Amino acid sequence: MVDQQRPPAMPAPAYDPAAEAGWAEAPPRMGFFTDTSVCIGCKACEVACKEWNGVPTSGLDLLGMSYDNTGALTANSWRHVAFVEQPRPAGHRTPPFAGTPTGDPVSAASAARAAGTTNPTGTDPGLPPGDPPAAARMTEFLGMPAAGPPGRTGSADGRSEFRWLMMSDVCKHCTRAGCLDVCPTGALFRTEFGTVVVQEDICNGCGYCVSACPYGVIDRRADDGRVWKCTLCYDRIGAGLTPACAQACPTESIQYGPLDELRERAAARVATLHERGVPEARLYGHDPDDGVGGDGAFFLLLDEPEVYGLPPDPQVTTHDLPRMWRRAGLAALAMAAGAAAAFLGGRR
Amino acid sequence: MNPERPETGDRFRRFRDQATGGPREGRRGGRGGEELNVPRAEFTSYYGRPVLKPPVWTWEIAAYLFTGGLAAGSSLLAAGGQVTGRPEVRRAGRIAALGAVTASAVLLVKDLGRPERFHHMLRVAKPTSPMSVGTWILTAYGPAAGLAALAEAAPWLPERGPLGLARRVLPPVGRAAGLAAAATAPALGTYTAVLLADTAVPSWHEAYPHLPLVFAGSALASGAGVGLLAVPPAQAGPARRMAMAGAALELFAAHQVENRLGLLGEPYRTGRAGRLLRAGRALTAAGVAGALLGRRSRAVAALSGAALLAASVATRFGVFQAGVASARDPKYTVLPQRERLDRRRAAEAADPDRWAGPAPATEL
Repeated sequence: MVDQQRPPAMPAPAYDPAAEAGWAEAPPRMGFFTDTSVCIGCKACEVACKEWNGVPTSGLDLLGMSYDNTGALTANSWRHVAFVEQPRPAGHRTPPFAGTPTGDPVSAASAARAAGTTNPTGTDPGLPPGDPPAAARMTEFLGMPAAGPPGRTGSADGRSEFRWLMMSDVCKHCTRAGCLDVCPTGALFRTEFGTVVVQEDICNGCGYCVSACPYGVIDRRADDGRVWKCTLCYDRIGAGLTPACAQACPTESIQYGPLDELRERAAARVATLHERGVPEARLYGHDPDDGVGGDGAFFLLLDEPEVYGLPPDPQVTTHDLPRMWRRAGLAALAMAAGAAAAFLGGRR
Repeated sequence: MNPERPETGDRFRRFRDQATGGPREGRRGGRGGEELNVPRAEFTSYYGRPVLKPPVWTWEIAAYLFTGGLAAGSSLLAAGGQVTGRPEVRRAGRIAALGAVTASAVLLVKDLGRPERFHHMLRVAKPTSPMSVGTWILTAYGPAAGLAALAEAAPWLPERGPLGLARRVLPPVGRAAGLAAAATAPALGTYTAVLLADTAVPSWHEAYPHLPLVFAGSALASGAGVGLLAVPPAQAGPARRMAMAGAALELFAAHQVENRLGLLGEPYRTGRAGRLLRAGRALTAAGVAGALLGRRSRAVAALSGAALLAASVATRFGVFQAGVASARDPKYTVLPQRERLDRRRAAEAADPDRWAGPAPATEL
């Protein structure tokens, strides 16, 4: 149920990155579950993150990417709300809002119902049942034409085959974190909550983590020289508070909590959405068997990951490192042999 | 409105131009537009933005790939000269190695976002971080190479007094240091390939079976270049053979990189990286040919040596550029991962009981 493509695996023994990093009696691993199906694109998470963490502004600019003028996760944006416009109804095997009073009425009874009010008024308003078009006419919005976003025309007729995907992206706090593995100074470390945090007084800006991140999250700040990314509000969660973005999220699209609990909640949510006719709902980053050992911050998506700018099958680069060292060892031997042969292989 | 405010959308256009390698209409005349005619592969992305962050490393790292390799090749040349009794070869190798390793250190520190914190590299030793491993390789190699080069100054010291003692002590110390430098040199010459491969940059990562051999060959060839430049042709026999060995390794492995990686070999064949690598190949061929044909001419030998050094520079910058190009285009991130995912799902659908974790990376 969790993943429609993969049969349920045997529950693997939980891998605890905090214990692996040497924390004794670590608290449960904490994370984010970002449910994009209820994201309304308000960007409160971006603002709250900047406010709490004192992240510098990135300047005002219009990027021409729907309502996304943040662009990407950067050193100066630790939450990024993506906006995707698609010529496809929400739940793309279901017409938009079918069965609801604002769509084409499914029956005369529902049309009459739609024409009425939900509050008891003492009278029975509207038309008698049996004339759906008339009833539908009564529910039509007769307001001013507006230069609003596509799809928000106010009427079922004017509503185009269009859906909006919104998603608040963030550092994934991978179980097997490439940035952490390659950091040559120890500036990046694994916290007791299983998250990955940069120590700003240690980082010397070598930039290795930037290239090692399979999600393109961590980034070097140009005028500062060090790398910055989401800390999962290490200071707040240490004091028992909720991270700023999750606290600010008005729709509980961003949920914070112990990862085990979030994974259960996410599985239930996907099941609910499938039942309600949203077959494209799927989880991303929840699977402890994926290439990064599962993400501490995972997502419910309504389309393929790459549509949101996420890699479809990320792998921690150090997965291949033992093989790389072996190949380098062979090459080093070849190099030494080449030099030896050059001196021993001739007369002069 | 503030007149100094950049035009709205300026940042996006700059970003887009950077991501696509220049303004939409080829700015550099005919060649710039050439790549745009390649049919676009079928994939989706978020507004064409790269999934990955392109490396923040600048030219210094590409240059270091060269100077590090040059130091390694020169130390091997010097040790060969030392062991087989060729003082000119030894001296040229040791001095070139010191120059190259000094340049390497300067380049590496200069590329840091916080250069004054370079010593933070020495806080830890992490085998999972090739940069940390490289730091310790350089820490072992640098002083040895420096001491070996210093020993070459012994004949100029006075025969008496404290400096006279140094004059007597330096040559044996230099011999030991030269051998120590040569022992670490192959590691120095090849770890940089792991440094690049151990990233999420698609064309670097997937090239990991071949890149170390490219770098080993290039390092040997550049060391040989020093020998050809600095040593009279009569004594340059080993340098000539080293040039051949290096060129053979490099050309073979570079061919693998360009042709064995499927889509991810494309950045090595196209654009600026492709031009640099083609130039590197031509210069390598010219250098080896010159070294073999010009056995008696000092000028031809020197030219060949210079060609080999230039070839190494071109190859390193080409490999560096290819990786940057592959990180900037979401195609190289999304398509191979999508294929891998689809293959795995197909395998699971065929055999639902067998789930052995993420698919292992393709070996060779």
